Amino acid sequence: MQPGYYIVLAALLFTIGAVGVLIRRNAIVLFMCIELMLNASNLALVTFGRINGTLDGQIMAFFVMVVAAAEVVVGLAIIMSIFRTRRSASVDDANLLRY
Amino acid sequence: MTTAVDVLAQELQIRLPALDYLAMGPMLVLFGGACLGVLVEAFATRRSRPFLQFWLSLIALVAALVTVVRAANNSPQAFTADTAIAVDGPALFLQGTVIVLGMVALLLMGERRIDKGGPFVARASVPVGGEADRRQARESGSTEVFPLTLFALGGMTLFVAANDLLTMFVALEVFSLPLYLLCALARRRRLISQEAALKYFLLGAFASAFFVFGTALLYGFAGTLRLGGIHTAALGSTANPLLLFGGIALIAVALLFKVAAVPFHVWTPDVYQGAPTPVTAFMAACTKAAAIGALLRVLYVALDRVRWDIEPVIGAVAILTMLVGAVLAVTQTDIKRLLAYSSIANAGYLLVGALAFSREGVSSSLFYLAAYGFTVVAAFAVVALVRDEDGEATHLRRWAGLGRRSPVVAGLFTFLLLAFAGIPLTSGFTSKFAVFSAALGTSGQWQVAMVIAGVVTSMVLAFPYLRVVVMMWLSEPVENGPMVANAGTLTWTALWVGAFATLVLGVYPAPVLDLAHKAAEFLQ
Repeated sequence: MQPGYYIVLAALLFTIGAVGVLIRRNAIVLFMCIELMLNASNLALVTFGRINGTLDGQIMAFFVMVVAAAEVVVGLAIIMSIFRTRRSASVDDANLLRY
Repeated sequence: MTTAVDVLAQELQIRLPALDYLAMGPMLVLFGGACLGVLVEAFATRRSRPFLQFWLSLIALVAALVTVVRAANNSPQAFTADTAIAVDGPALFLQGTVIVLGMVALLLMGERRIDKGGPFVARASVPVGGEADRRQARESGSTEVFPLTLFALGGMTLFVAANDLLTMFVALEVFSLPLYLLCALARRRRLISQEAALKYFLLGAFASAFFVFGTALLYGFAGTLRLGGIHTAALGSTANPLLLFGGIALIAVALLFKVAAVPFHVWTPDVYQGAPTPVTAFMAACTKAAAIGALLRVLYVALDRVRWDIEPVIGAVAILTMLVGAVLAVTQTDIKRLLAYSSIANAGYLLVGALAFSREGVSSSLFYLAAYGFTVVAAFAVVALVRDEDGEATHLRRWAGLGRRSPVVAGLFTFLLLAFAGIPLTSGFTSKFAVFSAALGTSGQWQVAMVIAGVVTSMVLAFPYLRVVVMMWLSEPVENGPMVANAGTLTWTALWVGAFATLVLGVYPAPVLDLAHKAAEFLQ
């Protein structure tokens, strides 16, 4: 199968993730959409690694996974601390800071 | 000596990269100090921690600064770790800048007399407003902030030296993740602090996802993650140029987000307002320097062959950044938000310097970052000082008549605001003059347009600054108005150092300008 299709798939997943971040309101779902974007990037990296015949793409994908895991730790900690106080994970409820 | 790793590498036929430990010294010292800080957090008694952590961090920063100076003297230009890290002039200059500014911001974080127990909450996981929260209001603040700050600084020093996109991404996350947490740790007004952290985190993670996908596209285009490889491929590659320009666009989104350029600036006022003031000072000075440093490296090392294609886009972003930052600064009523919009406008001025695409462009940006960093840290030190019984009195109306009650602080703040406005004999004038003349030296039409926008917005920006000055000196004091807190030596040191640097870089900037000029050559 042509590797080009995987790039198209990755771009599609990335777009779904990006649109999800923009339209969804729950912080956890937002966060999952960001993870989807990172994983779409991983797919693109691995595919390009295959097309280019180098290992850099796969190595980068590993690093992205590790960083994404670290990001989850920090992100969930922040979302949890807000949820404990407000009993809500909706980003629309976090509206104290504005103009 | 053959170690197990060497044997394994021989078996697998992996070429281990040579590591120049001296050149990587600043990163190693900072990360080592941060790890030690985590151990102190685990094993030292609660009572001794504030003292231990503060001095440990300060010593780590001094040691890191020493290694920067030594690396600059010994091997000024070197790739290391298989060209993943470039220890060149701009990297060393910015590492030094970030570390010194980090030191000054650290003094603000270590202050424990203004708010009893320090500016940070004792246990951030306690829900706001409950019985436990009221009890912990009197407790000594958390000391995790010091290792977190060191991790962030380590990431920043790596970020400005990263010579491939993988290293750059890892460094970006290493300095961003601690910052997200630091934002959530304010002792007072915890709700807006947490909200600021949430917004910063979600948008920051969103931006870094763009960075990774942009990296993937550039990797597909160039076949390598090295910035130099992208430079070579920009003309020679037969791959689809869509990959190149898509990749550039996505990476630019992430970097411009960190720089706080319009239209990726919306997080800035909220985060600057919500975060604890010492952390805001740290972000305003150090994050800006690190992000501009990485942006400069990407522009000058990887993308200088396509500069004609990207100049209109980033030029437009720069003009928009200056305009939006200046115009919205006029409407602000909160001092922290005012400084946030001023920081956005300053990101625009920095982009003007960066887009000069000349040695003067780099050196003026480097100088600007150092000068602006000192001024902004000192300004936030003043914000931390002016308080009433609810904590910091950030609403501008409360600042009315401050000059009559506390002439020293109001005088210093007036001087800092004049520096922001770019009045001669302050560093603000020198640095703005440097970036504008660098841009005019290139004399492209975009550069001229940017300089015109820069001069116009400087005049617009003078209005909000001078309004604060007028308010402090000429308005009648408000009833129960804020007082200047009884601060310890740390805050005063930070304030005087920042103000003194602002004055010196304005009156006698030649040594630092020379240093920046000498340092302004990227290693290709």
